[in-house]
Amino acid sequence: MKTVVVVGAGPAGIRAVEQLVRAGLRPIWIEESPDGGGRITQRPPAGFKRDAASLYGADSGRAKRLHATLDAMKPRTDWRPDTLVWNIRPEARTLQTLTGGSQQGEIAYDALILCTGAVDRVVPMPGWTMPGVTTLGGAQVALKAQGVGIGMSPVLVGSGPLLILTALQYIKAGAKPALVLDTTPFLQKAWETSGLLWNAPTFLRGVLMDLRLRLSGVPYAEDATPIAIEGDTAVTALRWRDSGWREHVTPCDAVALGWGLKPESQLADLAGVPFDYDTKQQNWVPRRDAAGRTPVPGVFLAGDGAGIGGAEVAELAGARAALALLADAHLPSDAALTNHLDGRLRTEARFRAALDRAFPYPAKLAAKMADEVSVCRCEVISAGELRAAAAAEAPEMNRAKAFSRVGMGRCQGRLCGPPAAAVLADALGVKVDEVGRLRGQPPVKPIPVQ
Amino acid sequence: MQQDAEVIIIGGGGAGTSAALHLALRGVPTILLERGLVGSQATGSNYGGVRQQGRHPAGLPLAIKSRAIWARLPELTGTDAEFDPCGHLKLARSEAEEQSLLDWNAKAAEFGLRPRMIGRNAIRDQHPYFSDTVIAGSLMEEDGSANPRLLAPALARAAKAAGASIREHHAVTAMAHDGALFHVTANGQQFRAPWLLNCAGFWGGQVAASFGEPVPVEALHPNMLVTEPLPYFLRNSLGVVGGDLYLRQIPRGNVIFGGGHGEGDETALRVRPTPQAAFGAMQRAIAVLPALRDAMIIRSWSGTDGQMPDRFPVIGASHTTPGLLHAFGLCGEGFQTGPGIGAVLSELVMDGRTDVPLDAFDIGRFQVQSVAA
Repeated sequence: MKTVVVVGAGPAGIRAVEQLVRAGLRPIWIEESPDGGGRITQRPPAGFKRDAASLYGADSGRAKRLHATLDAMKPRTDWRPDTLVWNIRPEARTLQTLTGGSQQGEIAYDALILCTGAVDRVVPMPGWTMPGVTTLGGAQVALKAQGVGIGMSPVLVGSGPLLILTALQYIKAGAKPALVLDTTPFLQKAWETSGLLWNAPTFLRGVLMDLRLRLSGVPYAEDATPIAIEGDTAVTALRWRDSGWREHVTPCDAVALGWGLKPESQLADLAGVPFDYDTKQQNWVPRRDAAGRTPVPGVFLAGDGAGIGGAEVAELAGARAALALLADAHLPSDAALTNHLDGRLRTEARFRAALDRAFPYPAKLAAKMADEVSVCRCEVISAGELRAAAAAEAPEMNRAKAFSRVGMGRCQGRLCGPPAAAVLADALGVKVDEVGRLRGQPPVKPIPVQ
Repeated sequence: MQQDAEVIIIGGGGAGTSAALHLALRGVPTILLERGLVGSQATGSNYGGVRQQGRHPAGLPLAIKSRAIWARLPELTGTDAEFDPCGHLKLARSEAEEQSLLDWNAKAAEFGLRPRMIGRNAIRDQHPYFSDTVIAGSLMEEDGSANPRLLAPALARAAKAAGASIREHHAVTAMAHDGALFHVTANGQQFRAPWLLNCAGFWGGQVAASFGEPVPVEALHPNMLVTEPLPYFLRNSLGVVGGDLYLRQIPRGNVIFGGGHGEGDETALRVRPTPQAAFGAMQRAIAVLPALRDAMIIRSWSGTDGQMPDRFPVIGASHTTPGLLHAFGLCGEGFQTGPGIGAVLSELVMDGRTDVPLDAFDIGRFQVQSVAA
């Protein structure tokens, strides 16, 4: 095995590199940010002095261990932070990089582990492109990395563990949310309790977090529906409907939206990995086996970029993918650890399935968004324009993109892809997986003309 | 034996969909077979230039006929496919290139075209954003650009409305001629007709070969890039002598440019731009428009066209099979001519003749070569 490249230095990437180094390899390790550490365990920039307990709460032990491994591994690898991988040529086994926003590079690899993480899933609504609106993940990273909140009186909207976690972190930071709006009914969450017991400690933590939020005095609306974010030049209020169909207007100075996560899988796409629709997650997921092997020789996937599993699973999957790579290259790999990881990953998959059922993406809310709502914010394409594309015989997403420009802008459909697919499928009267997904095109993020 | 249509068309690019429309408008029962969705390959993935400027004189009558159809697109299809006669400005970067522009302008005048030379002082005055490497230009005011993603779907929609049968997801798996009718199998179904139009782009070579007329067609993959939106400053679509850069800005601000070639697998169905070609195009773009240095590329793409060794397309009647008409291998210049080619094919079917000289495009030119060899 000559050159192994690991892309990403979050939980999956760190644990993958750890196993490779343990086997005597010195991988090239690429991270888009100036430092690694992941998102849930986001590291503040150098010079920020807050201790792990105040930054990560119950996750602080895991964060400290991850960061210690990260720092220990850097000198034992070819560590390349602040480097974006913007293209992969699977036939040539090369990838293109951009370092520091300006330095182009090319790397030839023999094997590749992609640990590219995830991005928030949003449902566009009137006002969502206004200043003051961000994602739940963005709201959380701002707090952890910079010690900055998105507002003094934010409204948090969405569903899933991240909604509750972000709310508690904002309360602790002294920016008490004006409202936490959960689109999922309480009963739907309670119903999945048995499945959630596959990871009892995490489930208990979740229940405790939920209780803490309920006792905090922050208004917490379940089974509620956001209608519009209001304001002229910046956010002033959220208009919403409660489970009894009564309308409310909650004044606020910022809004964070998020309904679970979506794999950041453009590099897997460019690498030629086929995708399948995961009906539980309601996500397109790159194809891989339980160990992280893809049908493309030499390409492995781990972490949320390979299907959402969360930070804990990412650590397991990162190590597992590295062990698969070593085994496939006939290098020594730890058989006992491999068995242990396989067992843990199987159990975690059951927990994740229950979690996905407990906190579903509100596809109907996305599908039925009003015609005037801007679904693609880069190109400013409204849901109505997308529906017109459907009427002009766009049977799938790439044709709808060709007709309407949806997904053609800076984000390349990373954000608008899922809601746009929901709108198109609804307009055509088909299931959302039948309209396919936007094809990945290089560069995965903008690169300078130079 | 019964026939299913008068004409079967293989390939739903600009030429095929335009042929379907022109035939349907004359009441001819027509079936178009397309492997994927119409306009997925060369027609849908090219630069979008609607240009007579710079073409070989042998191709000018066809381009001129096609330009007239572009003007009638709204009337024919109900949409203009964003066709904008913004003018095509071809740039010279040396005296030799300037001379070649003058030479072409003189030839074009013989065909009734009126390109306008923009000299050294005028090009500075009118286009202050060009670098000093640009010393002159030739402007064809009636040329322009269109949205490549919209043309074939618009023509297909109109053809369907006029009565043609447009069969997408119908990849052709077998074809034969029984002396009277063509038998074409696609998507498990058989279609029979006395006429077969080969509008299959790069894959037209396979169609021709299956009727005993192999030609040396190669896959041509454009290499296209687009920037984020920039303040609108560039009205004309740009080319350069030598053709290694083409560039335009759409009114919403994005600059679309290309140059060099992408890459594809052996099927030519999985294609992608190449980084080296992209960097080359960027260098050449900055050399002409230094302001682009600060722009960001947000997307790149490629597709598949057919390229012939002499850079002329194959258009006209088969030499082996009566009723077979070819129109493929359009050498990266077929977006502008597609609508005209469709009209020409419909005339060959219905009238047995066309007013556009096609001699240079005859498929026989390759058979002669192979005999000589």
